[in-house]
Formats: sequence, structure tokens, C-alpha cells
Amino acid sequence: MSQPVLVAQNLTKTYGNNVIFRNISLSVNERDTIVIVGPSGTGKSTLLRCLNLLTKADSGKIWLDGVEITDPTCCSEDECRQRIGMVFQNFLLFNHLTALDNVMIGLTKVKKMPKEQARRKAVEELERVGLVDRAGHYPGQLSGGQQQRVAIARALAMEPRVMLFDEPTSALDPELIGEVLAVMKQLAREGMTMLVVTHEMGFAREVANRMIFMEKGQILEEGTPDDLFERPKYERTRQFLWKIAELHGRKAPEENG
Amino acid sequence: MAEWFYFFYTALPAFLNGALVTLELTAVGVLAGFVLGLASALGRVYGGRWLRWLAIGYIELFRGTPLLVQLFLVYYGLPGLGLTLDRMPSAFIALALNSGAYQAEYLRGSILAIGEGQMMAGRAIGLSRWQTIRYIILPQALRLAIPAWSNEPVSLLKSTAVAFLIAVPDLMTRAKALAVQTYDPIGAYIAVAVIYLAMVYVLDAFLKLLEERARIPGYSVEGKKA
Amino acid sequence: MAAAILPPILWALIMLIEFIRYIAAGTVTTLAVTLVALPLGLVIGLAFALAHVYGGKVLTQVMRLYSTLMRGMPPILLLFILYFIISGSINLSPFWAGSIALGVVSSAYQLEILRGAILSVGGDQMMAARAIGMSRLKAIRYVILPQALRLAIPPWSNEASIVLKDSSLVYALGVAEILRRAQQLSATTQQPFMAFGTAALIYFILVFTANRLLDYLARRTQIPANPLG
Ligand SMILES: Nc1ncnc2c1ncn2[C@@H]1O[C@H](COP(=O)(O)OP(=O)(O)OP(=O)(O)O)[C@@H](O)[C@H]1O
Ligand SMILES: [Mg+2]
Repeated sequence: MSQPVLVAQNLTKTYGNNVIFRNISLSVNERDTIVIVGPSGTGKSTLLRCLNLLTKADSGKIWLDGVEITDPTCCSEDECRQRIGMVFQNFLLFNHLTALDNVMIGLTKVKKMPKEQARRKAVEELERVGLVDRAGHYPGQLSGGQQQRVAIARALAMEPRVMLFDEPTSALDPELIGEVLAVMKQLAREGMTMLVVTHEMGFAREVANRMIFMEKGQILEEGTPDDLFERPKYERTRQFLWKIAELHGRKAPEENG
Repeated sequence: MAEWFYFFYTALPAFLNGALVTLELTAVGVLAGFVLGLASALGRVYGGRWLRWLAIGYIELFRGTPLLVQLFLVYYGLPGLGLTLDRMPSAFIALALNSGAYQAEYLRGSILAIGEGQMMAGRAIGLSRWQTIRYIILPQALRLAIPAWSNEPVSLLKSTAVAFLIAVPDLMTRAKALAVQTYDPIGAYIAVAVIYLAMVYVLDAFLKLLEERARIPGYSVEGKKA
Repeated sequence: MAAAILPPILWALIMLIEFIRYIAAGTVTTLAVTLVALPLGLVIGLAFALAHVYGGKVLTQVMRLYSTLMRGMPPILLLFILYFIISGSINLSPFWAGSIALGVVSSAYQLEILRGAILSVGGDQMMAARAIGMSRLKAIRYVILPQALRLAIPPWSNEASIVLKDSSLVYALGVAEILRRAQQLSATTQQPFMAFGTAALIYFILVFTANRLLDYLARRTQIPANPLG
């Protein structure tokens, strides 16, 4: 069994009186690709943001490589975030920087890497997502798919231990989804540890080794993609999974199939 | 502090008279400025070559120079050309001309935002150019202009204070008199500052209300800053 | 004698040139006042805008109050209050006291301009910067401000020409800027229209030039295809 990279225990998050999730625990192991699915508003984005400390959970603990990062005395939050990559639904590239500078800025300003070395590293990362030829373009001059790939490169450049993806393809036109998923599949093959919120069931079935179905702030069910698709414990899981699979162009099996 | 309140109390009647003059200057400036502004906005958008350049010249000259200079030009300058005006009329004229130039730009912005299509539609049903402006363009443009335009009265209210430099008996002039009288300029000016703040606050609240009431649901234009 | 021979237009032109030469000395002062007030207002305005947006609840309220009070009264009145406060506590020439006061007046307006620009860059950019491990300060420095300052240029140019025009208010403090020189000319030559007309012309040229320069700056610093515009 491989090492746990990111572990969360009993995370609870509320906004005012509104409980987003309560006592959620999960563990992401080395080389895992975990897909989280669930209806809108169940707190998937909030969970990811809590995991890399962009939002503070009300209670619960988080460990990264065995070190508790929710303990304020252990290390600085900024250092922890460097080691947890995050990719957002709406890309969030820095509008005033070229693709290359978007990838470089974390290296030069956060990691204090010398400029030349940072540039080489950034070019490498852009190569990895197939966009070296767009290095000089500004975000506004790139397609959505290209922007998202730059955003992935920006996160990768920091050499994170784990990558969090929050619906990385749902803001994209259908014909652009493939290029982003291809990059993510490649990452999974290279052994990157990933936690992915997505409705791309094809990707989940092909790449994920574990799937989590979240609903109303709870982890309702968890298992291999095959478990969840073919042998779900709850009817609700089956309904939801096949519904979104259908929305993405695949047919539901026969009643007892 | 107690002394200050005493001064404030004894000066209050004078201040209120001054405040009335300030409001008078503002009202005349805004209203006359509106007429001027509307005329020059229409001239700039729909006028022929000469009219257009006349409007542009007026708008840009008055937006491009300080109000105080305009005021001096009217009050001290015009007599040199044989036209002598009293303080109040001079202030009215300068404020109206100044405000008109700014209001012209607010109105022009909203007229342009209405677009060519409405003019075409008006002409297509047989209205004349002027009728289309009168019955189709302006009713929309005037309402559309309100959010941006509603900055102007408050801004002009504050601008009227420079008229004290030609000794118009407005609030600012009363403050100066009190400052000289009491040897306490800071106290005197802070006292009128309170009154100005109150007037700005009330006027602003009133205009917000107007803006709210005049909103055409689902229809707006980005307010252009002066 | 010359006046009789020269055609009136030419005569007027010569007089205009003489007037401009006299007022030119005031032009330098006007520019100096503006160049003190505007950057001072920018520094204060920027610091306060950051405090307004990123400060705690108390700081935000204090900044809101500052902005409301300062923008709620006539600039000339605020100029007087600040002038008397400043010159009452330290020994400064009217030029410096007036310029500093004008800068403080402008700071409230620049605060609002910069706050608007920072808000339109938006919280998402901050989140993205924090996500790659930047501290708040670094995120502001390297991600938020470079974008916000660019967005602020058009409204800021507007404020710059307002400050340039408002610099005429220090006339009331006796500073020998354009308007004061024009007034002196008017008194000595008995040609008030010509004197103040020349002053207006000089202001117009200054404002026009400043606007063109800042337009150019805005175009030069524009981010290609920026979704924020
Ligand atoms: N900053 C916030 N303040 C208050 N409520 C919030 C905040 N952020 C999120 N919420 C609420 O938390 C709930 C969960 O939101 P979240 O974005 O995590 O859901 P999600 O599962 O990612 O949904 P989606 O599929 O639509 O992205 C929502 O009801 C949302 O309104
Ligand atoms: Mg979400």
C-alpha cells in the first residue's frame, strides 16, 4: 500500500448558520487519482479550498506528507499551498502576464528561483501541456482550453505533492474539453497524485482509481469507478452517476445491466 | 469646544442665509446648465459641421479650464469688453456655462448609447428628424443619462464655493467673514464644512431616490465619468 | 506710435505673446503645485485604498468615513481648513502648504478610483495567487496592483486634470500661479479680459496636453485582450 499524501479528518465547514459539510474525512495516497462527483452546491469546491487552506475549515485536521498543516505552529500556510497545486474552473490566469510569466511568477517570487532557471523550468512545464508556442500570449489571447492548460502548467511548476482540480473542464466549449483531459490523463500516467472534481465520467472510469460521491455535505459513497457505476450501495448514486454520464453523451445500461 | 458651539449658534442665521445663496447658485447652475448642455449635446451629435464644431469648442473649452478662471473672465473680464455684471449674475453665468459643458457630455453619452437604430426606426414610421429626436431619442436618453448625470448637482454644489472669491454672499463668504471676526479660521471653516456636508448628503440621497425611480427595468448604460 | 500703424489683429497678437510671457512664470508654479499634489494624493490614496479593501472591519470603516467627509465638502473649503491646520502647526510657505493640502483633497478621490480598480480585478485573482503559495502582500504586489493600476489609468487621468484645474484654488492663498499672475496683469494693464483669457488659454493647453500624455500611457500599458478591459 502506498503512502498517504493528503489526509483530512473530520472537516467541518459552515458559513454562518449554513453547514456546508460536516465531519468529512478522506485520504489521498501517492499516485492516486480520485474523482469527486456530486450535485451542485454540495460543497465540493469548498472542500478543495479547505484542503489547501484557501478557506479555513471550522474544525478538523489536515495532514500533508504526515505533517499536520492545520496546526498553525507547524509551517506557514503559504509554504503548504506551494506544495498543493490547484486548478480552478474558470482558469484564473493572471491577466496581466503572458503564459510564460504566469508559469514563472510563482518560481521567481515565491520560490525565489533565479530568472534564467525559472524561465527554463517554465518552458518545460509549458512543453508538458503542449503550449510552448503560445508562451508569449496573454490570457485574453488564448482559448479556454489553452488557458486551462497554462493554469495546469502554472500549478505544476511549483512541483506540488498533489494537484486539486475543481471542475477544470466545465467552463469549456465541448470541443476544447478533450485537450485538457488529455493533459490530465498524461499527468495521471506520470504518477501525479490528483484529486479531481469533475462531471467527466469517461475520464473518471478511465483514469480514476477511486471515486467519491458527495451529496449535501456528506460523502455518501466511495469506491472504484466500477463499484460506483455497476454496484452502487445506494440507488441515489446510480441515478446521479448515470444521469450525468448521459448528459455527457453515454447511454445508461438496461435496468439490470 | 463650548466656545465653538456658541460661535456656531450665533453665526447660524448668517450661515443659513449663506446656505440659501449656495443652493440658489447650485439650482440656477444646474438648470441653466441643463438647457445649455442639452442644446450642445444635440448640436454635437446631430448638428451640421458648424454647429458641431461650435458645440465641441464650447464643451472642451469649458471642461478644459478651471471654473475659477471662467468666473474671473465673466466678472472681471467682461467689463473690459463693456459688459459689466453684478456678482450674482456673474456667478450664475459662469456656473451655468461650466456645468453645461459637463452635462453636455453626460447627455451626449446617453444619446450615443441609444444608437442609430432608434433614429432609423423613427424615420421609418414617417417622423421627421427633429420629431424622432423629440419623441423617441430624448425620452430614452434623458432617463438613461440619470445615473451618470446625478453626480453633477452634487459636484456643482461643491463648486459654487469658489464664488466667494468674487464675494458672492454664499456660505463660504460667511465663513470667511466669521473667520476674520473670530480669529479662528479653522473653527469657522469647520462649521460651514458641517453645513456643506449636510447639504451634499441630502442632495445626494434625493438624487439616489430619483435614480431609483427613473430606472427603466433591464435597461442601463455604463455611466461615463466627467 | 506703433499702435497706430499696426493692424489691430497683429497688435492683439503681440499683446497676447507679451501676456503669455508674463504668465509663463505662473505656469511653472501651477505645474509645480500639480506635481506635488498629484503624487502625494496618489500615495495616500493608494495606501488608503489598500486599507479600505484589505484592512479589517475597523480600518474599512475609518477609510469610508475619510472618503465621505473629504469628498463631501468643497475642495476650496477643505483646502482652507487643511491650509490653516498645516500652517498653524509647521512653518511652511503657502506654496507647500497649499500643494500638500491639495494633495490631501485629491487623495480621497484617488482612494475611490483605486478602490474601484482593485475591486474590479476581483477576489479570484487573489485566490489564484494564494493558491500558488504567494503571501497576501506578494499577491497584492505582483498580481493585484499591476492590474489595478492599469485599470485605474483612465479615471486617474480625469483626476489628474481635475487637480491641474484645482491648482488654481491656491490662488486664494496668494501663491503666484497662473491665475494670480493673470490678476496682476489685469490690474497693471487694465486689460482684464485679455489677461484672464490668456490664463484660460494656458490652462486649456496644459489640460489638453496632460490628457493626451495620459491617453498615450494608457494605450502603452494596455494588456492585450484583457477580459477586464
Ligand atoms: N464564501 C461563501 N459564503 C457563503 N456561502 C458560501 C460561500 N462559498 C460557498 N458557499 C455556499 O456553500 C455551498 C457549497 O458551495 P460549493 O461551491 O462548495 O459547491 P459545489 O459542490 O462546488 O457546487 P458546484 O457544483 O456548483 O460548483 C453553496 O450553497 C454556496 O452557496
Ligand atoms: Mg464548485
